[in-house]
Amino acid sequence: MSTAMLEIEDLHVKVGGASVLQGLTLAVPAGEVHAIMGPNGSGKSTLAYVLAGRPGYEVTRGAVRYQGRDLLGLAPEERARRGVFLGFQYPVEIPGVNNVYLLKAALNAVRRERGLPEVDAFDFLALVRDKMRLMHMEESFLSRGVNEGFSGGEKKRNEILQMLVLEPQLAVLDETDSGLDIDALKVVANGVNSLRSPKRAFLLVTHYQRLLDHVTPDRVHVLVRGRIAMSGDRTLALELERRGYDWVGAAA
Amino acid sequence: MTETATPLEDLVDRQYRHGFVTQIDSDTVAPGLNEDVVRLISRKKHEPAFLTEWRLQALRHWLTMKEPHWAQAKYPPIDYQAISYYSAPRTKTDGPKSLADVDPKLLETYEKLGVPLHERARLAGVAVDAVFDSVSVATTFKARLAEAGVVFAPFSEAVQSHPHLIEQYLGSVVPQTDNFYAALNSAVFSDGSFVYVPKGVRCPMELSTYFRINAMNTGQFERTLIIADEGAYVSYLEGCSAPMRDENQLHAAVVELVALESAYIKYSTVQNWYPGDANGVGGIYNFVTKRGECRGRNSHISWTQVETGSAITWKYPSCVLRGAGSIGEFYSVATVNNHQQADTGTKMIHIGPDTRSTIISKGISAGHGQNTYRGLVKMLPSAHGARNFTQCDSLLMGGKCGAHTFPYVEVKNPSATVEHEASTSKISDDQLFYCLQRGISAEDAVNMIVSGFCKSVFKELPMEFAVEAQNLLAVSLEGAVG
Repeated sequence: MSTAMLEIEDLHVKVGGASVLQGLTLAVPAGEVHAIMGPNGSGKSTLAYVLAGRPGYEVTRGAVRYQGRDLLGLAPEERARRGVFLGFQYPVEIPGVNNVYLLKAALNAVRRERGLPEVDAFDFLALVRDKMRLMHMEESFLSRGVNEGFSGGEKKRNEILQMLVLEPQLAVLDETDSGLDIDALKVVANGVNSLRSPKRAFLLVTHYQRLLDHVTPDRVHVLVRGRIAMSGDRTLALELERRGYDWVGAAA
Repeated sequence: MTETATPLEDLVDRQYRHGFVTQIDSDTVAPGLNEDVVRLISRKKHEPAFLTEWRLQALRHWLTMKEPHWAQAKYPPIDYQAISYYSAPRTKTDGPKSLADVDPKLLETYEKLGVPLHERARLAGVAVDAVFDSVSVATTFKARLAEAGVVFAPFSEAVQSHPHLIEQYLGSVVPQTDNFYAALNSAVFSDGSFVYVPKGVRCPMELSTYFRINAMNTGQFERTLIIADEGAYVSYLEGCSAPMRDENQLHAAVVELVALESAYIKYSTVQNWYPGDANGVGGIYNFVTKRGECRGRNSHISWTQVETGSAITWKYPSCVLRGAGSIGEFYSVATVNNHQQADTGTKMIHIGPDTRSTIISKGISAGHGQNTYRGLVKMLPSAHGARNFTQCDSLLMGGKCGAHTFPYVEVKNPSATVEHEASTSKISDDQLFYCLQRGISAEDAVNMIVSGFCKSVFKELPMEFAVEAQNLLAVSLEGAVG
């Protein structure tokens, strides 16, 4: 087995005083795509936020290692610069700030961390246009405000576009499939698949199996009451689709 | 709001960057104000009799007036008799004849402020009339401007060289009796800038003045008068900063703009007076009267201001739209952090038919800052078909600051149209975290979000100053969000 990109060990997390994650253990090797499924309130989004370092999530026990090093001690922006990407479930609007401006600032922050020179405007535009074609996005998107007035589907596409531009090592996608029609789902799946590589790992947080029809996971984990209750291959997702989540809790 | 410090309230403060004091011998009169002091100021400046008399009239009226307190600002009483009303750097001769005669320490001060003098000025294409406390010490590009027929001079010099223009226009937009601070300024104003752009002339460069308060316990009362004759165009930028002092200092300026037929005056301000420390100690009281009059058909006056400094800001750059079809504009970004208070806005007085005005106000409040927009749109019976559009947006950072909006509207002509839009928003933890998650630092993220908010005002600034304004905003909001 290749080295683990992400290792989570006995993770306990409280949010607003309530225990949400309670002893979560998980390893995602480089090159693999893992799906995290589970019923509402099982802690899926909490896991995504804790990995990204969102304030307000208190780790009371356990450890998270990213590329063999402690992740939890890093500030959110440091994690991002080192290649941890979170695709948000509800991307926020930032009025008046151009998409292209945010994207360029983000890319240059990542490049500085990697010891690369900042991209100039021409190279940057060429790069973004290339990725935009893949995501079936219109040119006018660049000069619009970040997520300003975007439809739900546009916001999700924008998340994947950012991921394509930033080329993270670990991408955590939090319900990127929710609210997408079937065409948009395929576009998003294409984006994800285009980035799959032996040097990269994905954690897909999802409620439904349908994204996994288009992005084939190496492993599927079921999160129940803050811990992994069951793991399996892609067929587990199909079984969950058929039987629901109740039996998992009982089996665990 | 919760008691715990949110990520929005975490960043540490940075010191005021322009807070240094220049050690220079100054010629300062003893504190206090009476007719003798006014005569002394006038005599020191070798002013003609009409001006001495004009000042005295102002003083006599001022003595009958009471300090206004309707603004949304709290401060202890000001002892006007404890202020020194004149302070000039002492020079070996009667005054500097060229930059070489200027005290090197002064030049160093300008250097620190980033005022583009010497060759830098030429490169930047900016003519600077730098006011140090009360006397203008250096004026650049006079020759090139003179070629175009443009007069750009320290006010005191213009009094000598163009007394007829001064006599004709001084006080014609802001009379001596206009308000408490304008009356005070009229009595004791020490210097300022004078601009005259002749008929049909487009001023060949941006004109710029940096004001700076240096001496302790001195008020600064500059007086600016800009006249654009028929069909003329001029763009003028004023930038301000002051050193750090524990005590408050008074700054009561008056700016008058006169735009004749089809003339266009663009007046931009970047105000960065010392705002006081994080606990609200010290800082400038910025009580300023600015008004422009569109006197002819299709005259156009545009005010753009970026207000980041001062402990208290009290100013309402206004337009009197007299000429038919004339246009008044007000674009404003006002920022308050720590314990700063700003009560600012504009007055658009529509007199002529088909006059138009636009008001875009962006207020940013952080720390314990209090930000007030106060504006008046007045449509007189003669203002047939006049139109106004007003937009007031407020941005709040953290839960201890405040934003207030007082839009006054008086319409006396049924064919006039007035539109008003307003919004209040917050930089949310979600927006901040979103940027952080993309690898952008908290500071850069806040600057980005605030710049986005201010975009419609920044685009009105002359190109070379838009960047400066953005940087200034970044500095003044440091510590507001983290």
